[in-house]
Amino acid sequence: MMWEILEKAAKENGLVTAFAVVGLVMLVSGVVSRKLTFGRVQGSAIAILIGLALAYVGGKMSGGSKGLADLALFSGVGLMGGNMLRDFAIVATAFEVHAEEAKKAGWIGAIALLLGTVLPFIVGVAVAWAFGYRDAVSMTTIGAGAITYIVGPVTGGAIGATSDVMALSIATGVIKAILVMVSTPVAAKFLRLKTPRSAMVFGGLAGTVSGVSAGLAATDRKLVPYGALVATFHTGLGCLLGPSLLFFIVRALT
Amino acid sequence: MIIYGTALLAVCHLLGIIIGDLLGRALGMTTNVGGVGIAMLLLIFARIYLHKSGRLCATSESGVHYWGAIYIPVVVAMAMQQNVVAALKGGPVALIAAVGSVLVCGLFVSFINRMEPETAAPEEPK
Repeated sequence: MMWEILEKAAKENGLVTAFAVVGLVMLVSGVVSRKLTFGRVQGSAIAILIGLALAYVGGKMSGGSKGLADLALFSGVGLMGGNMLRDFAIVATAFEVHAEEAKKAGWIGAIALLLGTVLPFIVGVAVAWAFGYRDAVSMTTIGAGAITYIVGPVTGGAIGATSDVMALSIATGVIKAILVMVSTPVAAKFLRLKTPRSAMVFGGLAGTVSGVSAGLAATDRKLVPYGALVATFHTGLGCLLGPSLLFFIVRALT
Repeated sequence: MIIYGTALLAVCHLLGIIIGDLLGRALGMTTNVGGVGIAMLLLIFARIYLHKSGRLCATSESGVHYWGAIYIPVVVAMAMQQNVVAALKGGPVALIAAVGSVLVCGLFVSFINRMEPETAAPEEPK
């Protein structure tokens, strides 16, 4: 009886249920981040990994292609994480960018940003090609995922990639973000992370705001805003170039 | 009013998507070209313009900030509905692509930062 009422409430209030479920996942990730990794791996990265794990469970249980969203109880997740709200929220993050401060990053930040977009893309496309993905859409989507885990799905969504390629693309971006978070403090000396300028270069090349801010926080707290400032442009630049210029280049080459 | 901020965000979003679609058509494709990126640029310029003319109050701004802050949870929800089962069949592509790009970018960071003149460092040595 109780379960039926609960199920009905969740089904009829899909989006609200999604808010509660995602909030719970974020809460758990925050605790895991603090207690198990001592803040080394940012909570948001763990939350995304849990999300992907839940998508696996949902996919196995339903046999569908939309992960947890295929289970009627969690259908609201489909709306919350769908294209509309995702793009809406990403556009909103541009509000935090200060144009005057961005100018301070100067040309070296811009060069790092461009390299940080193009280099991972080339690596991603090359790996995708080596593993037998020969169509331009799949190669571009996986390459875009190597830029950040946001650019991947935005690009894939725009050029019409299949869901499994999208998932691969997100997985690439998430693994990259986690690698940046964990390896930055270890590699700080090799990367010469000492000055604001060096942090800007790092922010532009390493991309992924979560990876950069968490990695720099564990290295030297003072450097965080400089790296994050450049990194905030990363998603925008990637979303601009991914489905356009980069896709055209890949399509022309295939 | 808080809705002004959210409405500004919505208008920038829609304009960006429309311009992206038009750009796509102009380039001879049916897909959206950089619509999200264009929308972000529009929002940055709109913010600068409204700040200069002093027409953006803190309450209106919070109507945008909320959505900016909700983006990580939205990405988590997005992760929850991916076809992970199919992705895992793709094998080590994600891992290799991620490790490869981190290594390549790390080398470039190290290289560029080594070119930085010592005198340009504004921070005192520890």
